[in-house]
Amino acid sequence: IYCMFTTKSSICCTKAEVKGGQGADYMRTDIISTVEFNHTGELLATGDKGGRVVIFQREPESQTEPFSQGEYNVYSTFQSHEPEFDYLKSLEIEEKINKIRWLPQQNAAHFLLSTNDKTIKLWKVSERDKRPEGYNLKDEEGRIKDISTVTSLQVPVLKPMDLMVEVTPRRVFANAHTYHINSISVNSDYETYMSADDLRINLWHLDITDRSFNIVDIKPANMEDLTEVITAAEFHPHHCNLFVYSSSKGTLRLCDMREAALCDKHSKLFEEPEDPSARSFFSEIISSVSDVKFSHSGRYLLTRDYLTAKVWDLNMESKPLETYQVHDYLRSKLCSLYENDCIFDKFECAWNGSDSVIMTGAYNNFFRMFDRNTKRDVTLEASRESSKPRAVLKPRRVCAAGGKRRKDDISVDSLDFTKKILHTAWHPNENIIAIAATNNLYIFQDKLNSEMH
Amino acid sequence: MLLSSLTLICGSAEFKSFSMEDHPLPPTYSEVQEKTISPEKAEEAKLKARYPNLGNKPGGSDLLRKRLQKGQKYFDSGDYNMAKAKIKNKQLPTAAPEKTEITGDHIPTPQDLPQRKPSLVASKLAG
Repeated sequence: IYCMFTTKSSICCTKAEVKGGQGADYMRTDIISTVEFNHTGELLATGDKGGRVVIFQREPESQTEPFSQGEYNVYSTFQSHEPEFDYLKSLEIEEKINKIRWLPQQNAAHFLLSTNDKTIKLWKVSERDKRPEGYNLKDEEGRIKDISTVTSLQVPVLKPMDLMVEVTPRRVFANAHTYHINSISVNSDYETYMSADDLRINLWHLDITDRSFNIVDIKPANMEDLTEVITAAEFHPHHCNLFVYSSSKGTLRLCDMREAALCDKHSKLFEEPEDPSARSFFSEIISSVSDVKFSHSGRYLLTRDYLTAKVWDLNMESKPLETYQVHDYLRSKLCSLYENDCIFDKFECAWNGSDSVIMTGAYNNFFRMFDRNTKRDVTLEASRESSKPRAVLKPRRVCAAGGKRRKDDISVDSLDFTKKILHTAWHPNENIIAIAATNNLYIFQDKLNSEMH
Repeated sequence: MLLSSLTLICGSAEFKSFSMEDHPLPPTYSEVQEKTISPEKAEEAKLKARYPNLGNKPGGSDLLRKRLQKGQKYFDSGDYNMAKAKIKNKQLPTAAPEKTEITGDHIPTPQDLPQRKPSLVASKLAG
């Protein structure tokens, strides 16, 4: 009925792949900062803090080698962004890739948008599997021939060659953001896309790099009056006039571009009423929405704040439809999490293809999945030990300090807060998930229940 | 209506007792409400004890302005390039001999500075 859950409390994972260096020493530049499947799930792109993009391609299933079927192997890798220095502000511009978004495929080539804090780039990924041979003026190595040796003319012929994947930058969309870009989203019209920074959202045409339209501006006239920033933004999957953006105060705003050129006034405001008696110093910080995603159906919104994941119905602004506790045991650790800045960690969230299960990451390389229909949830760990092929991914459990402890439970105090799973992605149609655990990429496939229900 | 005007006058302890009947707290708090204060409030008390100077507007403009200013600031571009040169030397202790003069102690000129290319190394994800 649903993916990755069996009738027992374990999950059967028949294929697990781990990419990246082993061992505890890794460079800052190796830390994965974004993960994204393309629209068919055939390609999986990762971006890292060093500004590099690696694209994996799924091997087609073959009859002869059933166990290598469906593996993701490296397809291409390139340097997307370089570190820059803003001379005017004496500030470093990080090369870290904040987001990658694929364009829907329209011809043989694949296109993706990648962005760092300031600049968005459109990349074309194309294959070359033929090359011309038999030039008249050049020899096989490309050296110019001595013209006196040429006695006859030949027509160059296209011959097959080893597959080469070429990546070329096609557009550079620069200088439109004063603040740091946190999101990009391709519109369903396949012509435009938006980029959002802390205070503004811009609308671009994919072919035009020297102009963009500002569609949201929440910068106050006086910066002293600043109370909230934009944390994430996304276009509706089907309605090209609708988009949503989330804020650091825990609100979501749905905007309709048909209403006005500047969408400062929202069409709908989604906000859960706060319980005033429960308010604390941390309330606003932990209510900040770190990620927002439309469901594939376009009917629901999934948001992630520090401790919970929430599903909202577009037709109900007053409160979320469902609230899932991701790691409520952290509530008694908020003081130290504030001191070590972990309270500001931005976790992403994901829907499965049928919108029946949601997934998000946590600490200690744990990630969580919630089945919206059965209300069952599970905690799994991305680790090399538990990722052998055909291994059963054992559910993990965290117990509160001093609480009843079972054999394999982990105590809240033993959690490793440096091992955070911030970025996860779910294949658009199948039960395949990609989990970024610091410098390693885990790809889990559920072969038993490979189709989504 | 009456409740809301009462909340304006009462301190936090009294406010709690008025609110419990009409505003049921979410399940997480129901067990602890009478005996102890919520874990979140306990953590807040701990924080305030450690940092008495912490302002009372947690999500306010100070935090946001700090967030907006992400990115290490340098005095000027020379400062930036010197810092980069220092990092490069730390990461590659066996740097080529002709570049040994370029250290943090020696004021670099534009010709001396190696071009910063931190990602000459391909990503380890690419095998």
